[in-house]
Amino acid sequence: MRRTWWAVGVAVLVLLGCMTAGLLVGAAGLAPGSVLSALLDRLPFVSLDSGLLPVEQGVLFELRVPRVLLAALVGGLLAIAGAGYQGVFRNPLADPYLLGAAAGAGLTVTLVIVVVGDSGVVPVAAFVGAVGGVFLAYALGSSAGRGGGTATLVLAGVAVTSFLTAIQTFVQQLKVEELQRVYSWILGDVGGGWPQLLMIAPYALVSVMVMLAHGRLLDVLAVGDDEATSLGLRARRVRFFVLLAASLATASAVAVSGLIAFVGIVVPHVVRRLAGWSYRIVLPLSLLGGAAFLVVADLVARTVLAPAELPIGVVTAFVGAPFFVLVLRLTKRVDA
Amino acid sequence: MIEVRGLGVSLGGRPVLREVGVTVAAGSWLAVIGPNGAGKSTLLKAMIGLLPHEGSVLVGGGEVRRMKPRERARLIAYAPQNPVLPADMTVADYAILGRTPYIPYLARESAHDREVTRSVLSRLDLTEFSERPLGHLSGGERQRVVLARALTQQAPVLLLDEPTTALDLGHQQQVLELVDRLRLDDTLTVVTTLHDLSLAGQYADTLLLLSQGHAAASGPPQNVLTKPLLTRHFDAHVQVTPDDYGRPVIHLIRPGE
Repeated sequence: MRRTWWAVGVAVLVLLGCMTAGLLVGAAGLAPGSVLSALLDRLPFVSLDSGLLPVEQGVLFELRVPRVLLAALVGGLLAIAGAGYQGVFRNPLADPYLLGAAAGAGLTVTLVIVVVGDSGVVPVAAFVGAVGGVFLAYALGSSAGRGGGTATLVLAGVAVTSFLTAIQTFVQQLKVEELQRVYSWILGDVGGGWPQLLMIAPYALVSVMVMLAHGRLLDVLAVGDDEATSLGLRARRVRFFVLLAASLATASAVAVSGLIAFVGIVVPHVVRRLAGWSYRIVLPLSLLGGAAFLVVADLVARTVLAPAELPIGVVTAFVGAPFFVLVLRLTKRVDA
Repeated sequence: MIEVRGLGVSLGGRPVLREVGVTVAAGSWLAVIGPNGAGKSTLLKAMIGLLPHEGSVLVGGGEVRRMKPRERARLIAYAPQNPVLPADMTVADYAILGRTPYIPYLARESAHDREVTRSVLSRLDLTEFSERPLGHLSGGERQRVVLARALTQQAPVLLLDEPTTALDLGHQQQVLELVDRLRLDDTLTVVTTLHDLSLAGQYADTLLLLSQGHAAASGPPQNVLTKPLLTRHFDAHVQVTPDDYGRPVIHLIRPGE
């Protein structure tokens, strides 16, 4: 128990460090010292003169701050959702997009861009599509599978994903000139600002609370449905709540950031390697670790080719994959 | 303590158990024997309520399938033939899973739960293994750990599916001696499936012989482990001799000798 608090404490410090770096560095070339003063000035009972011009203040508080917060929130949501899916499916390859969230969002966003042509409703469309995709897979899996097992559910997710992706590809081909917009949405972006941050905050809060509350129950589920049931656990109910919360988290993240790959599958594994198997620690550390990871990825995305930006989805895989291999090598172990 | 009446189970439309009935007195040991595919494991799963079934299973006077899961888990502990043992989980973390039926849905383990787990581990000589991952245990240790989880459930009824599978001779004996000691100390009612008939005859008070899904015979070991019954239901050439205490011992005889 003490170890858990230690690990969470360290992860919070790492996240704060990453966020500070994300706030201090940017394309606008604000002096880090001034940025720090301007930030501290906003704290209660602190009054500092940062020397920033109003325009520069605007860059900091209307662009950089919400961007770092959104990156942290999206990264945390994707990672904790990935951990939740892995727990429910007892499958290390499970990721937040397993049940059709990505394909559902991809389809609705493509439809909105191609048919409506209005970018303003893209987040709402993505959210609805992600939820719809998961709902479709869940309904299909529950009706086709007997005994509430997870294998049918995974297969249903695969089927739904293929089907929705096929429609999305077809719609996209109808209007090739919009390909660029669809594609850049898919690659991800966390520059949505305060409105998007506030839009998903309530869903994020609820889904994270529900998942964190289920850590112990996911640990019980690790011994399989039959044994968990014999221990008095309603395995299906636990699975349903965790899936619901993880899908809500995924949909929220997808709504404001596109389809950022890699975070949801890799961060929980890195956490497991470093801090152990229990979901009581894997869930909170995935939340914090995913947040820190995406803040750094976004920092890289907007500074490496500044003033141009790399798509954040490219960076997560480019930075994340070697990092993951490093962690795997450093924590070598015998596979059971 | 346990009363099974007219139990029928179908799996995938195929009847696996039909009209099985058996009574187990409190504090006694029932061994379920029978050839492969006779429905032994299915019977145990139906008794814990994991499988839909016809007929009734009464434990402590209550119908198992009408019990709430937590209520049932406080009454019956179950260890399957091949328990899932997550390789990274430590022995202590695994054993405390047995406290699940006592912990409210979103709450955490209490000091009492940890105390119960500690004392069970010490009773099974597992204290020094507490922090060891399950993936690093030998077969005999694993079986003890599974028993430890069942015991932390503090249920008066213990259902063990083939507790001696994959154990060598000495470890088979040690595990069954342990179960018997715990049964006597805590007045547990024990139901095991056992493929080793001589062991079943040595440890159980009552045997239930399942064959092709029905109860072919039941009663004290000397009435069930007889040459005619074993020849007929196992299709085996055997010789049955009583040991020093009158318990039947089964020898396989080569046909034609």
